[in-house]
Amino acid sequence: MSTRLAGRLVLLALGVAGVAAVLVVGFGALPHFGDVSHGYGVRAVAASLSHRTANAVGSVTFDQRAFDTMGEELIMFAAATSAVMLLRRMRDEDEDEAEFGYGGEDVVGALRLTGTAFLPVTLLVGCYVIAHGHLTPGGGFQGGVVLATGMHLAYLAGDYKVLERLRPSSLLDIVESGAVAGYLAVGLIGLGLTGSFLANWVPLGSFGDLLSAGTVPVLNGLVGIEVGAALVLLVARFLDQALLIRGEGEDA
Amino acid sequence: MNDLILVILLAGVVVLSTATAFTRDPGRQALVYGGYGLVLGVTMVALQAPDVALSQIAVGAAIVPLIVVLTVTKVNRVLEQHRRARERR
Repeated sequence: MSTRLAGRLVLLALGVAGVAAVLVVGFGALPHFGDVSHGYGVRAVAASLSHRTANAVGSVTFDQRAFDTMGEELIMFAAATSAVMLLRRMRDEDEDEAEFGYGGEDVVGALRLTGTAFLPVTLLVGCYVIAHGHLTPGGGFQGGVVLATGMHLAYLAGDYKVLERLRPSSLLDIVESGAVAGYLAVGLIGLGLTGSFLANWVPLGSFGDLLSAGTVPVLNGLVGIEVGAALVLLVARFLDQALLIRGEGEDA
Repeated sequence: MNDLILVILLAGVVVLSTATAFTRDPGRQALVYGGYGLVLGVTMVALQAPDVALSQIAVGAAIVPLIVVLTVTKVNRVLEQHRRARERR
């Protein structure tokens, strides 16, 4: 073993031991799982109830800590945009329209049936998860991911052309950016009306209703659109690279 | 009983994540990773976090393996092309 590798291994062992020690000490001081009283939990639930939000987790992410969620959304936006940019078609590459890898007739009947049957159901579940993010477990991120994944059932069922019609890329580009801008706009309106950025300024409604919790469902919807569009665009670029785009002299 | 289920699931997470790290071929690794993502998602359901589980299963068991498999397909085709170009010379 070279001394350099040995040095690295010692460094790794030190790092692992340090992290493990800190984790063990940290976990030891955590409140017990399922305890009734939890310092942060009690305060977060009280704040959530005061804004008539049934899902306390939704209240934490989109009301009490909405600023952190904005950071998270911007990271997602930047990452998806850069990946899409890297995977764009270059000048020396051709797009081979005739070559789709496989078409509808190559797919097993059962897979085709399952994909076709589950596509609308999955899209509906995605919309439901986004729309009820302030009432039940779920929200914009989860719903958006379900929407994006569900849309690719159209590809599994065998038709890349159907998938392409489901996701007009140029429109999704605008929708994605628009949703990010919308999040910022909701925050700025809060700043203008109440003096604090991302304040809950929309009328709160009554507890447990679909229209309640003020800005929480609005932000949930915007994040859902952003996440769904970003993932669809991202996977679309990968599919294009693998199925359509040919580099110089690259055979199908 | 609940603890037993959790212990089994957590053991599954440890085994599958280690298996993912030790699978060298990226194409196979994507499949093992998909199984790991699924078990991790079920673990989150057992821990009463169904919303996180939903996104974990969608991203970890579907989108990430799909992206890896598509990348492997593309890279293999380019490598094959380079190999053939070398043989012609």
